[in-house]
Amino acid sequence: MRILVSNGRIIDPGNNIDAVGDVFIEEGRIAPPSDQNGSFDRTIDASGLIVCPGLVDLQVRLREPGQEHKATMRSELGAAVSAGVTSVCCPPDTDPVIDTPAMVHMVRQRARQIELARLHPQGALTRGLKGEQLTDMAALDEAGCVGVSNADYAVENTLVMRRAMQYASTFDLTVFLNILDPWLKGNGCVHEGEISTRLGLPVIPEAAETVALARELALIETTGVRGHICQLSSGRSVEKISEAQQRGLPVSAAISAHHLHLSERDIGDFDTRCHVLPPLRSLADRDALRQGVADGVIQAICSDHQPHGADAKLAPFSESAAGIAGVETLLSLALQLVDDNVLPLQKAIAAVTSEPARILGTELGQLSEGAPADICIFDPDTTWTLNAELLYSNGTNTPFDGWTLPGKVRWTLVAGQVLYEGLPTD
Amino acid sequence: MSRNSTPDVQFDADGQLRHLLTIDGLNAETIIDILDTAESFISIGQRRIRKVPLLHGRTVVNLFFEPSTRTRTTFEIAAKRLSADVINLNASRMSTSKGESVLDTVRTLEAMHTDMFVVRDGSSGTAHLIARHVPAHVHIINAGDGRHAHPTQAMLDMFTIRQHKGAFDQLRFAIVGDILHSRVARSQIHALNILGAREVRVIGPQTLLPTEIERLGVTAFTNMDDGLSDIDVIMMLRLQLERMEGQLIPSSQEYFRLYGLTSERVARAAPDAVVMHPGPMNRGLEITSSVADGERSLILPQVTNGIAVRMSIMAKLMGSQPQTLEPEP
Repeated sequence: MRILVSNGRIIDPGNNIDAVGDVFIEEGRIAPPSDQNGSFDRTIDASGLIVCPGLVDLQVRLREPGQEHKATMRSELGAAVSAGVTSVCCPPDTDPVIDTPAMVHMVRQRARQIELARLHPQGALTRGLKGEQLTDMAALDEAGCVGVSNADYAVENTLVMRRAMQYASTFDLTVFLNILDPWLKGNGCVHEGEISTRLGLPVIPEAAETVALARELALIETTGVRGHICQLSSGRSVEKISEAQQRGLPVSAAISAHHLHLSERDIGDFDTRCHVLPPLRSLADRDALRQGVADGVIQAICSDHQPHGADAKLAPFSESAAGIAGVETLLSLALQLVDDNVLPLQKAIAAVTSEPARILGTELGQLSEGAPADICIFDPDTTWTLNAELLYSNGTNTPFDGWTLPGKVRWTLVAGQVLYEGLPTD
Repeated sequence: MSRNSTPDVQFDADGQLRHLLTIDGLNAETIIDILDTAESFISIGQRRIRKVPLLHGRTVVNLFFEPSTRTRTTFEIAAKRLSADVINLNASRMSTSKGESVLDTVRTLEAMHTDMFVVRDGSSGTAHLIARHVPAHVHIINAGDGRHAHPTQAMLDMFTIRQHKGAFDQLRFAIVGDILHSRVARSQIHALNILGAREVRVIGPQTLLPTEIERLGVTAFTNMDDGLSDIDVIMMLRLQLERMEGQLIPSSQEYFRLYGLTSERVARAAPDAVVMHPGPMNRGLEITSSVADGERSLILPQVTNGIAVRMSIMAKLMGSQPQTLEPEP
């Protein structure tokens, strides 16, 4: 199969390329232009469109195995592909937990059979995510995990965390960290501020994040392990991560797209679609997070995709399930940052392609010759209005329902195969 | 990027009050209208036959997911005096994974042609949730949701203050105690500010004062003696010891010593200051009996007024004004 993607604006931040040209694909990989004579099996006219690496989403819940009533790998990996996302990384908090090589093989095999977006599982840091015993991390690594994580389950015992980091560093594994002090979080569900006071909702103070972050940074410093902060919500956390990076600590960070566009104010009168973890904080925090992405302290933007059934949000705010089905808005919300003068276009695309790929340690996320042909081709000049009922994801839980957003995906290719083809714009 | 804005669910398309969920967002005219109407209902309680046919044939369901005697009873009496059919349901609510969800319960009752739900629940936002999911002819009154709002309590407090103290813009108010967990305090703060109170203070230890409470239009005091100075209306709150977890306050003794309302403390307020409490009271913890039962206390008038004010709110939401009241035979 030989494919020609012609005349598109190629933005390949990993190779520092931004130019109009052709991309050649042969046997699922990016081919050199030199030997492109003769016919193609397919030609995609990308005139006026942007051709970039397929998006790499660092935090996606597929709900399979364990919660297939909410969503399945097929539904969510399909949703990803429809939105230009060709690789997703999933935390190990499935049921059963991904804490054995057998589970790693199982989820990877299942995703390969489905043949949609690629799946990169994280392995559990501790057995059953209980925060007590370490997993067989070397075996998880060999089975194909991109790193280890305890997902949203806090490792309360600091000594266990220190040893887990030491052990992970032995095999050069990245530790994916969720930073939330379980005691300060308690039963909280919103930022401690004006909105929590007005609505009378239990709070998650900023310190719940910064206290946990301070501990993890201290342990990263002493163990030398490579740490990735999966999610953050406050400007103070950006300061602390920046300071750690300046001292040379091997720390990367990602931010969910919704934290860059929403604040506590969007909760309005108990809009449960804005119930997320970590919580939406103040406008000042949102602006500091945006600045953190612009400054490169936060390298990647993820969707933190969490599809739920409709009932999960039809409850009083604190009892509703946290999370947004976000994989289908990742590209548009990243592009919106360009319109909002937060990021230049190349950097916005890097934050969802080459940067997350680098954090995962894969060769994906760029269009070098010989690399797998995972490609997203989108129309940057078209806006679309989100109708949650029309999402490919099984989850319709998004506060962006009804918003008009930039950027419409026209083709998504994974390993040189066209897996999604969107309608041309009227 | 363009985005949707959500309208205030309390009002219908014509701007009429359809539900009473929170005081926040109401204007002074609406509140004064409710208080004025309540005046006309006061006399009904003094008649031999204490009923008017304003809501004859209508069905009101008191849906209480959290136990209450006082509030539920006054709502029941209010509805019955308006000639509505009243059903009391004390539903216990398990976690959402078990048993029926709030909306399932409401939908079942609504299918039985309920016109109004009076809802109390332990979670903030339950009344809003229900209001968003009922058909247009069904009205919701929030009888207390978590820590969020208790608008009918605030209305009856405003009624009682107006009855005994007159114009709000001449008065200084202090709300004392567990502001953090108090839906009553939040609704009082909104009501007092909307009605133009000269000053609103909140008094309590830092553990019981929510963050950025000043943003609601109050001044925070941690010292009660300072906070009470020049105050015309002292509004006490119930301290729920079971919520304190031994950490928010160290002991009831220390709390009483620092924040209990004694006759000596009342003397620090303005000379003719009055004392209010939404009940039920913890005598000897937040208030002494001599103050609660003393001549400055408005605690019993609050209870009596509660019925007329709730009648007024029910009649307003259902579009039945007392102009149609027939004179007593």
